[in-house]
Amino acid sequence: MNELAKYLTEISCDGLVSGLCQQQAAVRFDLTFAEVESAMLGLGLWPARYQRNRRTISTEGQLALLHSSVTVIGCGGLGGYIIEGLARLGVGRIIAVDPDVFEEHNLNRQVLSTMANLGLPKVTAAARRVSDINPAVSLVPVETAFSSGNAVELLEQATVAIDALDNLTARRQLAHACRELGIPLVHGAIAGWYGQVATQRRGEDISPHFMGQGDEPKGVELKLGNPAFTPAAVASLQLAEACKVILGQGETISGRMLVFNLLEMEFEAVCL
Amino acid sequence: MQVTVKLFASFRTGRTPMATRDYPVGTKVADVVAEQQIPVAEIGIMLVNSRHVKLGRELNEGDVLAIFPLLGGG
Repeated sequence: MNELAKYLTEISCDGLVSGLCQQQAAVRFDLTFAEVESAMLGLGLWPARYQRNRRTISTEGQLALLHSSVTVIGCGGLGGYIIEGLARLGVGRIIAVDPDVFEEHNLNRQVLSTMANLGLPKVTAAARRVSDINPAVSLVPVETAFSSGNAVELLEQATVAIDALDNLTARRQLAHACRELGIPLVHGAIAGWYGQVATQRRGEDISPHFMGQGDEPKGVELKLGNPAFTPAAVASLQLAEACKVILGQGETISGRMLVFNLLEMEFEAVCL
Repeated sequence: MQVTVKLFASFRTGRTPMATRDYPVGTKVADVVAEQQIPVAEIGIMLVNSRHVKLGRELNEGDVLAIFPLLGGG
């Protein structure tokens, strides 16, 4: 057993290692916090922060999350909750893409927006939030708009991509790019009380679900706006889908789209 | 011929969510959309008997037409 393994085993208690001990190990062995976490999970030792995951996610699964990279396109209503969840899940690398800064009209629903960070780039706020939550997670802030032109650069390293965009033009480009690159995509969209979630696995095409009847750039959210709870609901479902893709566990909503109405609490699965 | 029209989400506002009505033979999905005064640009998914269709699809006796709005917000 090497020195690090021996040290980690000695400092563990009931198979858990505290964040403080993990940090001390990183300093002692000149490793990053994430590298120590990888070594710990490889030994079957869990960071104490994930102890409530242990009945839901296997040790191998937690390690797979740490070694995965998720590209989140959009850091607004959906993206904020998604980034928060990915950091708490322990996804090792998040590439966060958004060209915008926080404005007052974001405060009703976007979890990363605060009175103090109005005017701040959304990706900068995302990086700060992730840093506050989990030092094993690195967030790469990309303050630019997603387009077909930068799709390969933003997506090529992704284990899974998440569509948290706010316009249909870019959503169609993202779905197309993910198909071309063979990267799984988890789509989510909202308007008022209404939401939808779909997962495009390799070889699938979910775009008929949100193509509309032409090239409309926006949907009925233009009329309805978006309240606090709809992005949180859709983002949670998207997180569960992304987690299953990474873990290779359970069933995604492949081949269908979940469409729901929170006003009348109706959930429909529409087949492609 | 009898066709059941089911409207979802915001399309229910000011309209009947589900109704079976008589339509003349040859009625197309576009005719029902116009009758319901649904703006075409707001339509996301249209299904006849759970299969995706376009506006030009001709309806048949007993069909169930479902119309969902286009959602794009994030």
